[in-house]
Amino acid sequence: MRNQSGIKLVVTLLVIAAALVLSIQPLVKNTNLGLDLQGGAEVVLQAVPDDGTTVTAEDMQQLVTVMNNRVNELGVSEPIIQVEGNDRLIVELAGVDNPEKAIEIIGKTAQLEFRDPNGNVLLTGADLEDASAVIDNSETSDKMNQVSLTFNSEGAKKFFDATSRFVGQIIYIYLDDEVISSPMVNEPIPSGQASISGGFKTYEEAANLAALLRGGSLPFNIDVLSKNTVGPTLGADSLSASLQAALLGFILLFAFMILYYRLPGCWACVSLVVYALILLWVLNLLNATLTLTSIAGFILSAGMAVDSNIIIYERIREELRKGKSLKAGIESGFKRAFTTILDSNLTTLIASIVLYYFGTGTVKGFALTLSIGLIASLFTAITFTKAMLRWMSDVDFLSDKRLYAGNLQ
Amino acid sequence: MKHREFHFDIVGKRKIWYIIALAVIIPGLLICIFSGLNLGIDFTGGNILEVSYQSDVNLADVRDTVGKFVDQTPAVNQGEGSQFLIKTEEMEENESQALRDALSQLGQDMTVLRSGRIGPVIGSELLSNARWALLLAAILMLAYITFRFRFHNAITAIVALLHDVMIIISIFAIFRIEVDSAFIAIILTILGYSINNTIVIFDRIRENDKYGGQKNFPELVNLSINQTLNRTINTSIAVLILLLCMLFLGGVTTRTFIFGLTIGIVAGFYSSVFLVGPILVELHNHSKSAAKKKPVPVKNKVAKNSK
Repeated sequence: MRNQSGIKLVVTLLVIAAALVLSIQPLVKNTNLGLDLQGGAEVVLQAVPDDGTTVTAEDMQQLVTVMNNRVNELGVSEPIIQVEGNDRLIVELAGVDNPEKAIEIIGKTAQLEFRDPNGNVLLTGADLEDASAVIDNSETSDKMNQVSLTFNSEGAKKFFDATSRFVGQIIYIYLDDEVISSPMVNEPIPSGQASISGGFKTYEEAANLAALLRGGSLPFNIDVLSKNTVGPTLGADSLSASLQAALLGFILLFAFMILYYRLPGCWACVSLVVYALILLWVLNLLNATLTLTSIAGFILSAGMAVDSNIIIYERIREELRKGKSLKAGIESGFKRAFTTILDSNLTTLIASIVLYYFGTGTVKGFALTLSIGLIASLFTAITFTKAMLRWMSDVDFLSDKRLYAGNLQ
Repeated sequence: MKHREFHFDIVGKRKIWYIIALAVIIPGLLICIFSGLNLGIDFTGGNILEVSYQSDVNLADVRDTVGKFVDQTPAVNQGEGSQFLIKTEEMEENESQALRDALSQLGQDMTVLRSGRIGPVIGSELLSNARWALLLAAILMLAYITFRFRFHNAITAIVALLHDVMIIISIFAIFRIEVDSAFIAIILTILGYSINNTIVIFDRIRENDKYGGQKNFPELVNLSINQTLNRTINTSIAVLILLLCMLFLGGVTTRTFIFGLTIGIVAGFYSSVFLVGPILVELHNHSKSAAKKKPVPVKNKVAKNSK
């Protein structure tokens, strides 16, 4: 029994050390860094108004909104979108090393139009409420990739009107002046639902179009003025200094924990490593982008992970000071610390989940890191820290109370 | 390692703690109302300048040179080779010309690729969105704290949270520190930290109430704050070690961000030790005296009469 606990301790330590060493390279290689940390591509767009109209400040604001929606839909995190002068837009995208690809992503105007056989426009993307990609396998045996469209009330009326007038004829669906679908109208459609099929080789293609349409059609055409690769917004020199400072900070933090809490302090450091590994791997698997705000989420949840450890050890000390045996002290100290940790983590988690669902851009990145960090910290505190402390108390030379509580007088 | 045990009468001296907190918040908010916050180019927009050199030029040198011409931190961004994208606060044409002249001294054959005005990165939409998300988060936290503790606790937690946020805003207003896009991250982080600290104290009060109910409420609160003081101090020290390292040794561009977090940690420490307990006692006394005024005397009278 005693020996077993000792072996479990050593094995766990070795596993963590191995996981740490093996993780460093893939984590460094695969983590997506945001524009502020890594840089990306910068594209300058010029608004081209229709003949006889001018571009107003409001139009530009609308363009910014549409672009923001679009870029967010396409999963490129936290772009920087700024109006330049009166009619230009700067779009900076993170992690896109090839500016051509950036243009592919945002440059599509995605002007959707439904036209009658004579070429008159019946409906536009502005009449659209929602778009989503679906796989339809009801009619044919082949899976058909489709984009299903839901019109708003205005659009539904127009669509009903159009389908009533052109029964038995073809309505052409144009995307950026290209016919992407030419369905035959079988009967008037009052429901405001339609779908675009054909022309999508893969589901992804359909999903991309749906994303562009959901993001909104642009109020006007745009030209690409210039495209560049840019360095990190925060400056590469500045970031490496911050990284080194953070590393030193962690070393000093570890030293403080070990000096103050002794043996359990060592475990606090190990559990902090476990917490960080879980958090970074989950972020990695979710393909999340790391920015300065996600680092804020990281610092906060790391602080709370340290706090969980401190709460547990302080509690154990109190119990030991009451004269309890080491094992009893660990059990009751842990039990009492647990409600505290659960309540504080859950309250913060509630806030964090709300911010994730309803926030945009910066706020979302923060909330994602914080949520995962809180769960990782809660998990390490209740499983890992607890098991380690129990096993330790089984090992003779590690079970001197002074290693846990210092001077008991 | 010595064992620290504390016996501070925090609740008894509560007026002092309120005054200290207000002494920072009131001037800060007044400055905020009358001259506003020092909003950075992320909020206000400004000028953009893109230059490229034929020879190698150091990013830090460009940043330093630009820094001499502007009050707010410029965003200097290196593109491929010696190409720099510089965003500054709005400048007059002659200032802008002087800046270009100074920059041209840094390397050979500087070409100006772009020069003009740009709008803000953080639009009103993002801000109003963040505001609603925060409000909803606060309401749900209120509900959870009420469910796990009492409504008094929920109110106290929100007051502590507002205190921490207002301290940060005040410090930024008083010292004219620039508010940039990282400010949103600072506020969010401090909200989380503040709630965490407050809940730890609440939890201890709840536990002491359950196991040692003989004490009166202010004594109970005092005891709980003192019992958790070791934890509150150590957690704050742990986070501060990390932040101070980054503040003094880290890069210039992350400095405002780290400074804001540091202020927030100190404010969070102050509110959880000195404000949370007293406010809870205040609410407790208020509801007790309100309860005394109404039904109790009537009942006593009835009881006496029937005797």
